[in-house]
Amino acid sequence: MTLILEQLLNGLLYGVMLFLMAAGLTLIFGIMGVINLAHGSLYMVGAFAGAWAASATGNFWLGLPAALVASTVVGIIVELGVMRRLYERDHLDQVLATFALILIFNELTVLLFGRQPIFLQLPDMLSQPIELLPGLLYPPFRLLIILVGLLVALGLYLLINRTRIGMLVRAGSTNRDMVRALGVDIRLLYTLIFGLGSMLAGLAGFMMAPVVSVQVGMGEQILLATFVVVVIGGVGSVKGAFVAGITLGVLDTGLRAFMPGLLRHLMAGPDADALGAGISSMGIYLLMAIVLLVQPKGLFPAKG
Amino acid sequence: MRRIFLSFIVVACLAALPFVAPAIGQPALPSLVARVMIYAIAAASLNLALGAGGMVSFGHAAFFGIGNYVVGILYYHHAEGVPLFGFIPGTDQLLITLPVAILVSGLLALVIGALALRTGGVQFIMITLAFAQMLFAFFVSLKTYGGDDGIIVRNANTLFGIGLRDKTAVYFVILAVAVLYFLWLNRVLGSSFGTMLAGIRQNEKRMMSLGIEPFRYKLYAFVLSGMGAGLAGALMAVFMRFVSPDTLAWTKSGELMIMIILGGVGTFVGPILGAAAFTLLQTYLAGWTEHWQLVLGILLLVVVLGTKGGIQGLLARFRGSAA
Repeated sequence: MTLILEQLLNGLLYGVMLFLMAAGLTLIFGIMGVINLAHGSLYMVGAFAGAWAASATGNFWLGLPAALVASTVVGIIVELGVMRRLYERDHLDQVLATFALILIFNELTVLLFGRQPIFLQLPDMLSQPIELLPGLLYPPFRLLIILVGLLVALGLYLLINRTRIGMLVRAGSTNRDMVRALGVDIRLLYTLIFGLGSMLAGLAGFMMAPVVSVQVGMGEQILLATFVVVVIGGVGSVKGAFVAGITLGVLDTGLRAFMPGLLRHLMAGPDADALGAGISSMGIYLLMAIVLLVQPKGLFPAKG
Repeated sequence: MRRIFLSFIVVACLAALPFVAPAIGQPALPSLVARVMIYAIAAASLNLALGAGGMVSFGHAAFFGIGNYVVGILYYHHAEGVPLFGFIPGTDQLLITLPVAILVSGLLALVIGALALRTGGVQFIMITLAFAQMLFAFFVSLKTYGGDDGIIVRNANTLFGIGLRDKTAVYFVILAVAVLYFLWLNRVLGSSFGTMLAGIRQNEKRMMSLGIEPFRYKLYAFVLSGMGAGLAGALMAVFMRFVSPDTLAWTKSGELMIMIILGGVGTFVGPILGAAAFTLLQTYLAGWTEHWQLVLGILLLVVVLGTKGGIQGLLARFRGSAA
């Protein structure tokens, strides 16, 4: 029972991460109509900047502003330098240009930090597991991540549904041309949204830094899962990103945790582990294929 | 007429290469050119779906990789002497492995295409990627076939009793397959089917009102495209004598797309030029600097943002200004 609860929390953690990534990506997707494969690179930028600042200053918390600022600034530079030219292009050009950005970011990171993974040490206060329920020990930092993720979700909900910028964002994902025709400075809006998406990716990267190892290529690992979340949730829908992110996070973690055990009843140990791992990594893609076949536009499509 | 003449010259040069290369001090050149030819087949196949049919598939590594694995798996069962699923014997005969690879990748493309073509736009890109990732995850987890490590094909396939371990023999096999493939592709693109495909790409509604059902023709094109990529993957396995899950990775799909855009989307010669440019760049940049991906990335970005129609477009512009 405690094992299931623990895995549920882990799933929630992964789901919240996916949401932070997917929220930015889905807005960029939905409003500007561009496929940004380099979103994972911004996550990597956040993780590296945060880990570097934290170890250079010796203060874990100084990593947070460093990660946020670095990813936002890099994101805005990318928007101004590359993305702007891609809005009117077809998807193929967008995929390739942002694929090129991945190559560039990965190699630049190798040049700056080398190929060795960096490990970010947590403050003791956050790393000592606390007892949530009798027998259920859980590291507080992970709880903090889940909390931050949920708070960001709430903040985004308020931003999108209660503010003027949010109104423009909603209008933009429904009908881009109409918003432009009504005299809104769409270029500024695009830069702002891209910056916001980059910041969320940087936040996700920094929060994951103590959990996973900070290394080149970490962005691509989460990128593909993020795309699955965006597509299942419906392009342009933050609500969809939240629902799909949490669902996929729990599903993926659950499959990884329990599939090998189930298969072990059927076959030998090592084979069961390998096949279980394979089936679990197929799980989210399978779910996406099924959802798209039933709902070709995803669960909560922003456009009518 | 000029085009036929030019093709003859290119094929003649390629046929002479294994004999000329050692003489000019480039003994490694034929292997490089063989890889270019294989990638040219793969890229041209993707171009059939992407350029001719307007279907941006981000999952063609699935077909390339499955062709790769068909050769590897058939070899594995041949070497172990254990039939696959208990009744399919393995083999190392090229005349069997290549057709089987084409058939299997065609069937796979039929299933993936039939499902994926129900969506469009971004969703199509993502669902093709998803299917390719599923296969990737599946094969990485199959410990019987090497998992992460892939399969080493110790004894190369044979053709008419000739072992294809011999570099020159396998070079000529690849050349022959490539020539046949491009002759076939030329006929397909010039046929009424090719014209219909172009019509669907330009305006689906118009074709529908002419009484042509787009779904069917797009699916045909997708299947043909998958078969071609499978053929290329099988050739790669025969040539490298190694089957690797890397051939199924999403970066492989990306590389095939890069080749097409480098060469020029939707043209006949584009994918060939693109495959050559990409493979040569990759080889020589990697020899020059460890950080070759940075150079490649910048170059690719410049090509995508700055040129229209890749190398083929540049050539056309050059020819246009010369005339």
